Amino acid sequence: MPAISMQAIPVEHGLLLAAVLFTLGLLGVLTRRNMVFVLMSLEIMLNAVALAFITGGARWANADGQIMFIMIISLAAAEVAVGLGLVLRLFHQFKTLDLDILSKMKG
Amino acid sequence: MSVLFYLSGFVAIVATLMAITRINVVHALLYFILSLLAMAVIFYTLGAPFAAALEVIVYAGAIMVLFLFVVMMLNMGKATEQQERLWLKPSMWIGPSILAAPLLAELLLVISRSGEQTLTTVVSAKEVGIALFGPYVLAVELASLLLLAGLVGAYHLARK
Repeated sequence: MPAISMQAIPVEHGLLLAAVLFTLGLLGVLTRRNMVFVLMSLEIMLNAVALAFITGGARWANADGQIMFIMIISLAAAEVAVGLGLVLRLFHQFKTLDLDILSKMKG
Repeated sequence: MSVLFYLSGFVAIVATLMAITRINVVHALLYFILSLLAMAVIFYTLGAPFAAALEVIVYAGAIMVLFLFVVMMLNMGKATEQQERLWLKPSMWIGPSILAAPLLAELLLVISRSGEQTLTTVVSAKEVGIALFGPYVLAVELASLLLLAGLVGAYHLARK
């Protein structure tokens, strides 16, 4: 086993960092009205969840945490592709990225 | 190694905070890329070198470049910057912040109550690969299906 990362980092500190980043992402989703910022905040939240999984995987010396990270990263890639497609549609239709304008759709 | 963890954790939090408060989209994206790179260092210190490499290549490399392409395609000028400045008034963000603060406090409380345990091991890329194409091979297939669906959906939505 390589000699890196042998100094102990408490599990809680990894989870605390994930919690702070998740809340920041949630705050971004709640406060911003520009759709690009909302998508970016969703990415922040997904990334925080990935950090929690990595921390759990490291705690039990298990590869499952990193497997879940790979699943999350592919989910994020698919979500961003569709989301940015929607951003392009929104901008071509309304010439703005204001999410509130979508209430005009009356869906 | 633990010093590296706390340092890059601090960088990640500050960069994320800057990313969600910027007026200009490109500035926000650059701050977010910095946050992702800090996160890659954190993954490395937590003993997940493969995840750290994926974070840099896929997240900071591919996904953020997709964002930058879209921002460049939209070509938003000074007018949107004015609009953003108008939207980012304290009256807009103070309510959600007050509502998000208890959530953060609860999470911090719950997590810090758990017993003191330490991280000591490195999970190598070899172990991850063996697990990925052993018991989790169905998940890999489903992920490829999801990516295909994302590709088709993005093509359908973004076409003229």
